[in-house]
Amino acid sequence: MTELHAQTLTELAAGLEHAEFTSVELTAALLDRIARRNDELNAFITVTADEALAAAARADAARKSGKAGVLNGLPIIHKDIFCTRGIKTTCGSKMLDNFISPYDATVVEKLASAGAVVLGKANMDEFAMGSSNETSYFGPVRNPWNPDCSPGGSSGGSSASVAARFAPAATGTDTGGSIRQPAALTGTVGIKPTYGRVSRYGMIAFASSLDQAGVITRSSEDAALLLGVMAGFDERDSTSIDQPVPDYLASIGDSIKGLRVGIVREHFDAGLEEETGKRVKEAIRVLEALGASTVEVSLPNLNLSVPTYYVVAPAECSSNLSRFDGVRFGYRAEHAEDLLDLYCRSRGEGFGDEVKRRIMTGTYVLSAGYYDAYYLKAQRVRQLIANDFRKAFADVDVIAGPTAPSPAFKLGDKVNDPIQMYLNDIYTIGANLAGLPAMSVPCGFVDDLPVGLHLVGPHFAEEVLLRCAHQYQGETDWHKACPEAYR
Amino acid sequence: MSRAGWEVVIGLEIHAQLATKSKIFSGSSTAYGAEPNTQANLVDLGYPGVLPVLNKEVVRMATMFALAVNAKVAPRSVFARKNYFYPDLPKGYQISQLELPIVALGEIFIPDADGNKKRIGITRAHLEEDAGKSIHEGLAEFSGIDLNRAGTPLLEIVSEPDLRSAKEAVLYMKKIHTLVRYLGISDGNMQEGSFRCDANVSVRPVGQEELGTRTELKNLNSFRFIEKAINIEVERQIELIEDGGKVVQETRLYDADNDETRPMRSKEEANDYRYFPDPDLLPVEITDEFVLAIKKTMPELPDEKEARFVDAYGLKADDAGILTASRPLADYFEAVAVASESTAQLAANWVIGDLAGALNRDGLDIADSRISAADLAGLVNRIHDDTISGKIAKQVFEAMWAGEGSADAIIKARGLTQITDSSAIESVVDKVIADNPGQVAEYRSGKDKLMGYFVGKVMQETKGQANPGQVNQILKDKLKG
Repeated sequence: MTELHAQTLTELAAGLEHAEFTSVELTAALLDRIARRNDELNAFITVTADEALAAAARADAARKSGKAGVLNGLPIIHKDIFCTRGIKTTCGSKMLDNFISPYDATVVEKLASAGAVVLGKANMDEFAMGSSNETSYFGPVRNPWNPDCSPGGSSGGSSASVAARFAPAATGTDTGGSIRQPAALTGTVGIKPTYGRVSRYGMIAFASSLDQAGVITRSSEDAALLLGVMAGFDERDSTSIDQPVPDYLASIGDSIKGLRVGIVREHFDAGLEEETGKRVKEAIRVLEALGASTVEVSLPNLNLSVPTYYVVAPAECSSNLSRFDGVRFGYRAEHAEDLLDLYCRSRGEGFGDEVKRRIMTGTYVLSAGYYDAYYLKAQRVRQLIANDFRKAFADVDVIAGPTAPSPAFKLGDKVNDPIQMYLNDIYTIGANLAGLPAMSVPCGFVDDLPVGLHLVGPHFAEEVLLRCAHQYQGETDWHKACPEAYR
Repeated sequence: MSRAGWEVVIGLEIHAQLATKSKIFSGSSTAYGAEPNTQANLVDLGYPGVLPVLNKEVVRMATMFALAVNAKVAPRSVFARKNYFYPDLPKGYQISQLELPIVALGEIFIPDADGNKKRIGITRAHLEEDAGKSIHEGLAEFSGIDLNRAGTPLLEIVSEPDLRSAKEAVLYMKKIHTLVRYLGISDGNMQEGSFRCDANVSVRPVGQEELGTRTELKNLNSFRFIEKAINIEVERQIELIEDGGKVVQETRLYDADNDETRPMRSKEEANDYRYFPDPDLLPVEITDEFVLAIKKTMPELPDEKEARFVDAYGLKADDAGILTASRPLADYFEAVAVASESTAQLAANWVIGDLAGALNRDGLDIADSRISAADLAGLVNRIHDDTISGKIAKQVFEAMWAGEGSADAIIKARGLTQITDSSAIESVVDKVIADNPGQVAEYRSGKDKLMGYFVGKVMQETKGQANPGQVNQILKDKLKG
């Protein structure tokens, strides 16, 4: 038998089903691996060993009495942005270092009721603001492929955990690429569904109109399994969409013959590192070999997506983060002289630099006299970008390109250059601005570091993305590659 | 109050708390008076990760208001965040509506100084959540926060600057107060803060087109205070200008204890609220079908009812106005009028007179009246059919109020039936004339005023039960001699 940590979610599900091992055995094995190896990567903020073993025992009992849910006994990790009742939920910030959530996020609730076992809470950029996991109050996460490199961000703890085989899957959130870019940089699979597909209730808000929950796994099949459980309407989130969730696994094996794949000329411009571009083009040739046709499409306003994003996202975050005032929960500065001092010092001491930078940017763009020139204009450009995609999807079923402009970069390389850091999300941000489903799939290596193929679909086309990725993974083994130190 | 040469211009922003059971964006109760912070859930407390969900009742209520003031219901309205830091504002922003309010361009009519109808424009009405409240009393070194009120739904009703005196402002405010209670969309309780207003006040020389600089008087929560505060502020502005000064645009508070207005500290008002559409909430979309369905549920409105009371019941306009000031009072009157055989005006006189007096004396609402409408109609009927006189009726009314039973039962038990038998009255009159020869002589020599004396004597003899009209007539005839 393959060692437990080396198996995918789907393989583990079969093993549990056939009683080859119990959930308690599986959970204990992974907890042991995490205990021995997490220090190398710093992928966790909290490991919930006791709770996980108890949940595993409950799952084993449920299976015995014939009440196993679809994820019964399967171990997962939650990004520390999801509220978990009775467990510290930090969002990667000093501000919430002492915050024990009194309730479960909808995503947490849904996965738990399907029987999933939560091993712990993954490290992340502070309040999901970052592309390298270096803004975390709890320190950067290291990339299992090369510990000097970043695992991407903001879901860096999730991507590193899955790549290092600490768990077969982890939840993540994606506001501008925070699932897909870390997946690309760690050789894992990441999907961000359509805006509104998964409830945001209990997911600590960064930029409400862009935030969307998703998963990081080792195969498209595993992503389909998890997403099917997480997705669906939630009356507690007014922006979640009341539309039935298809069985993503039902059609995943179908051929992609005749699938029209859009190639965006602008994606292969100067900003893209040459070897990365080659891997992506090779991947597209594989899709063609599988019967897909390629069509060149244009997204003329795509070059405006980064500046647009860096107006809209900070604007929303400046308001969303106002509730962290030191009064009701979270960090509170000591010996405040008066109310203003309490606010200023609690926030000044509780938030890190990148969060402060975005709060200030957002406050500025919403200010009287600047609102029209920045926020309103950005909303108009956002509409133009969404229209570009709509036009493109009249001719194609998916758009394929690079997820990130280069493989993983060195920790420390970009952290002092916000603009360079922001440009890492240049290919992923468009899908957030337009609310589209998008996915990153491992498609090769450059200098022993993984590279991701980015697939974007029209609204609610998750099924198409998952099928396309699954068919690609039937022809390639990139997703099976494991960092040597973590085999 | 006004001064020659000056025109006063006032616009009101009324905050009416909507009478929903739960809050505008959460399931917490809106009931008043609970222990602090017992009616605030995670959404009201602004916990990380929680989201607002619109209570659809507020949309129905705002639509009713729009229909009642002949306004437009916006097919699409948008919630926006008003950002500022304050301890009673847990999220650091208030969810309100700015650019696209749910109600726009309505109107209402008040009587002007000459009794003519005057149109007051309603610029807009928008939905928003209330904040919590700070508690300073009884906490020595710190302030407390009670978030029970946080998230309570408000309809902010903004008038055009069409009001020209404090008196008009009060009339307008009362009109809206009556209206929201008729519609059942607000309890209008001013003591509990369910109905309050801010007044924008300016003055300008008569004939000047351009508006003067305005000040905003905050949080006026009684009709008396509104009138006093506006008058004081008008005086202040006029004196200031006449002394060569300039009115500064600012927010002021009315201090009832010292009867003056003074500026709020600038720290509390110098805010850039950085409004932007709330990305957590979808735009509110209202279809014509929805509006039509609400239209079918609309009650008769105060103005319509008042006109009908004049037309259908022949009431005096003033009385119709008084009776329609609240829906329960109007309903009570109508029940009396329908059940009585007399004129509706007689029923109206009793409701406005003795009944209102008794309610007022005992501090009761019409709903808690000790005499039912049916029983009051019973009393009115005995007056109408001359069983008792109006004077005796007052006695019967008090007995009814004291719970002694119906008018008929009391009349019977106390033997109060009116004497209308002429021969019986004549014999009493004869006796009174015989017993008072001196007064009779004086009367016959021209001292007409003595008539009252004789009537009194007859009534005394009959314990007040003789029909007064008949007594008068018979006395006159017999005294002619």
